Amino acid sequence: MSDSVRKLVESTTSRFQQAGGLCKEALGEVTLEIPCEKLLETCGILRDDPSFSFEELIDLCAVDYSEFGDGKWEGPRFAVVYHLLSITHNQRLRLRVFLDDQQPVIDSVVDIWATANWFEREAFDLFGVLFKGHPDLRRILTDYGFIGHPFRKDFPLTGNVEMRYDEEKGRVIYEPVSIETRINIPRVIRHDHRFADGSSSEGENGNA
Amino acid sequence: MPEIRNYTLNFGPQHPAAHGVLRLVLEMDGEVIERADPHIGLLHRGTEKLAETRTYNQALPYMDRLDYVSMMCNEHAYVMAVEKMLGVTVPIRAQYIRVMFDEITRILNHLMWIGAHGLDIGAMTIFLYAFREREDLMDCYEAVSGARLHAAYYRPGGVYRDLPDSMPKYETSKWHNAKDVERLNRNRQGSMLDFIEDFTDRFPTCVDEYETLLTENRIWKQRTVDIGIVTPERALQLGFTGPMIRGSGIAWDLRKKQPYEVYDQLDFDIPVGTNGDTYDRYLVRVEEMRQSNRIIKQCVKWLRENPGPVMLDNHKVTPPRRDDVKGDMESLIHHFKLFTEGYCIPEGEAYAAVEHPKGEFGIYMISDGANKPYRLKIRAPGFVHLSALDEMSRGHMLADVVAIIGTQDIVFGEVDR
Repeated sequence: MSDSVRKLVESTTSRFQQAGGLCKEALGEVTLEIPCEKLLETCGILRDDPSFSFEELIDLCAVDYSEFGDGKWEGPRFAVVYHLLSITHNQRLRLRVFLDDQQPVIDSVVDIWATANWFEREAFDLFGVLFKGHPDLRRILTDYGFIGHPFRKDFPLTGNVEMRYDEEKGRVIYEPVSIETRINIPRVIRHDHRFADGSSSEGENGNA
Repeated sequence: MPEIRNYTLNFGPQHPAAHGVLRLVLEMDGEVIERADPHIGLLHRGTEKLAETRTYNQALPYMDRLDYVSMMCNEHAYVMAVEKMLGVTVPIRAQYIRVMFDEITRILNHLMWIGAHGLDIGAMTIFLYAFREREDLMDCYEAVSGARLHAAYYRPGGVYRDLPDSMPKYETSKWHNAKDVERLNRNRQGSMLDFIEDFTDRFPTCVDEYETLLTENRIWKQRTVDIGIVTPERALQLGFTGPMIRGSGIAWDLRKKQPYEVYDQLDFDIPVGTNGDTYDRYLVRVEEMRQSNRIIKQCVKWLRENPGPVMLDNHKVTPPRRDDVKGDMESLIHHFKLFTEGYCIPEGEAYAAVEHPKGEFGIYMISDGANKPYRLKIRAPGFVHLSALDEMSRGHMLADVVAIIGTQDIVFGEVDR
């Protein structure tokens, strides 16, 4: 672990432990997990406190954990992940917030980082996560009038409807899909930690 | 007195200046933009969802199709994320090849941008000039990977193969007689590195040519100076990266600040703008082409002197040599397993970002220990920049919207994903 990473872990831990924050380091990246209701407060501090000054929101995305590890996941289903970048200190932070399963609602961070506007629209569109206080929470990537949230794990890969131009009706119509989902390579989980723990027997390049 | 009211104008999706499939709904007061509402998603292919059903190597070619004018840089972010999670380091020669092709890609991208941007706001010739040089670099793509656009050349563990010893040559046809062909093939006699070196020798003159067409051109300046000004504070708020943030005067470049591969051993400068307008971003990108040229030169020199492997020798991740597969049982098994099942990545998550020609291109990957990514999030710079279009174009004229779309260097493959 490099010095700057260790420092960041220490400062975030001491600052956010009280509020229920949990700070971890893996692969040289720092992840902070905070409870949903503390989001705005935490983000405000992370942006404005000179010891953090994360001026930029680089990325925001939702994750659906429902099939993680083929059913061994027990935590909440949805999470929203924020990737922050501090230009001043040249460091990054990942912020993860788990949401309520029944009502995936979270505060919008648009007032803290204006970039969040489209990212939150995207997360709403693809995962159905609602952002409280977002000025204009419309769908963004999917078609006008689309039904469902396509990146949820229970949404089929081929979708539910297909679209074509109907000569007789003279307009575009939607019909149930006619293609079948075809997966050629099954998904397998192998606990092959030859790369992760560095105890490689595969030659010098295998170590982390 | 006649009643005057705001006018809503639909721009695109079938409009040559919309750079693909952008649909803009513009609320206008006369010819002045009051609000711009980009409707995107017309090219949404669900790359991230598709990748969840493909093995790590199978998902790689999807990356080429994101930003389809800077293919190898997209691949780079992806392979970096995979390598980070596997915890492998690629051979040094592969790192140099990647850096060289990243910079070739940057020039390719900026040439495409300068041509399209110029064409949008009334400069016709630059497009033809830019495509002349693009052609040579496309030939490099083709020589090294077999494909002019969707290369799939970077692989987790290195690059697919070493640089070729010869360049493909022109042949006589009804369009080219023997004399033409001789002239066209003059710089293609040696290896690919010779060809690239020849290119780097003449490219600075080409950039000078572009500059004589545009930099002091009165029409060009009228169309770009003071258009779409973004202050440094707003640039941070809006999440700008790459030439967009450097145009606003913040010297932020991942190649310098968070160096990956061998960028820390190469000598190059970061151009920054002062006013944050379209003209400054133009100057920044033009200078970036010169700096990329410098980096390529250094890479060519290093690659000439240092032969070596370009792919890891770890056959759980990279395929074994073809002749080994024919004769050696273990290699055969490795080959079979790699191409049927792929490899499993330990549980965890990683974010890898590269300085893409358009900004920071990042891949956020979550693995649950399977042979396919559990979740792949693509952080596309164009998506973020386009979301600032509303703010940048307010108060400008309709024609300036076209200049702003051009300066943002929008490509819909990555915006819509």
